[in-house]
Amino acid sequence: MNHQHLTDEELILHYYGEEGAAPDGARRIEECGECRALYGSLQRTLNAVDALPVPERGADYGERVWRSVEARAGGLRRPRFSWFPWRWAAAGVALAGLLAAAFLAGRNYPARQVTAARGADPRASEQVLLVAVGDYLDRSQMVLVELANADPKFDLDISAEQKRAHGLVTETRLYRQTAERTGNAAIAGVLDQLERVLVEITHEPSQLSPDELESLRQRLKDQSILFKIRVLGATVRREQQPAAPASPRTL
Amino acid sequence: MDNDRALVDRARRGDADAFRALVERHSRALFGLAYRMTGNEADAEDVVQESLLRSYRQLASFDDRASFGSWVYRITVNCALDLMRSRKRWAEMARDEEESADPMASLPSTDPTPERLALSAEIRERLAKAMSRLSDVERCAFVLRHFEGMRLEEVSRALECEPGAAKHSIFRAVRKLRRALEPAASAVK
Repeated sequence: MNHQHLTDEELILHYYGEEGAAPDGARRIEECGECRALYGSLQRTLNAVDALPVPERGADYGERVWRSVEARAGGLRRPRFSWFPWRWAAAGVALAGLLAAAFLAGRNYPARQVTAARGADPRASEQVLLVAVGDYLDRSQMVLVELANADPKFDLDISAEQKRAHGLVTETRLYRQTAERTGNAAIAGVLDQLERVLVEITHEPSQLSPDELESLRQRLKDQSILFKIRVLGATVRREQQPAAPASPRTL
Repeated sequence: MDNDRALVDRARRGDADAFRALVERHSRALFGLAYRMTGNEADAEDVVQESLLRSYRQLASFDDRASFGSWVYRITVNCALDLMRSRKRWAEMARDEEESADPMASLPSTDPTPERLALSAEIRERLAKAMSRLSDVERCAFVLRHFEGMRLEEVSRALECEPGAAKHSIFRAVRKLRRALEPAASAVK
């Protein structure tokens, strides 16, 4: 077969969904064993990088940073309030537990399905992808709906939603790659946008004031991401065989 | 609890308690970013302190419509880049890496998912070593693309270089990381 293999650069651009990636990259990866093997190797490496840990900071890290900043800033008035160390310690333990749970839950389940989607039959791959993405979209939607429906009159602790969003970010990348490989440009496009929204949520402070919550909700609204997820979810359900009963969610 | 915006307002009026709350709220996340960019705990701590100090001094220029978290994130990226530039390690450095035994060969499956790879401490060490061997530009470009989800154009703006240069820094970084695991990839093909 007269076939030009994808270059390293094209595979990397394809992995990240960047412009400049070969337009038919997904098809070529699907059809060419050598390209598929190279892409698999690339995925293994880059997915492994995700698992590289950041060293833990002590329970008093925030306070230490504050003392250093205060000393260097010179004119700052010494604060009267101080954190109880046990609160940091407890928060650290809880965070570690949540992260571990999110890591395992967020990667095991979908990853198996994405792996399964690498089968030789493109139609079968597409069906597996649709089922997996349908479930994933439901879970992503739940995170966004909880934020969209939160009472804006009170402070809101979104740390739980942030943990779930963090886990979903990694899933998003895996699904997007699979969607691209199976030629589902519409799914890949929405997942690309959803990934950005989820990253944004993880960057927010864990405790949102009413103003901050309103600002976040407005940004979600401006991007119409919930609408896009719903449309895509409905499309995915329609295309699944046998057709699953619709289970519309309401805001 | 006050929100970031209210805390910024109070800090601008000289309320140190308010800025302290911002520091305590954001320092851990900033450390994660700084560590990935610098590849070094001590440098990362310096970057976090410097970026928060810089943000305090620049509070007057903070746009109220923006997110404080995003703003201080960007300052941290700049601080990390400044630190590395100041140490004159900014030039691209080609480093050949010796490959030894393949720790991934023992993996029983070709499953490329992260959690499988996370099972091996040796693999983590190997990758951490490979990350530390990236040049500063390569590591920063890679971290901004891979972990922060920036598009190539955004990466190039952050690094103040041409998009093509940012792209090739990422290519080189990925190639080096792959080389660190290439025998493993071959073994499990």
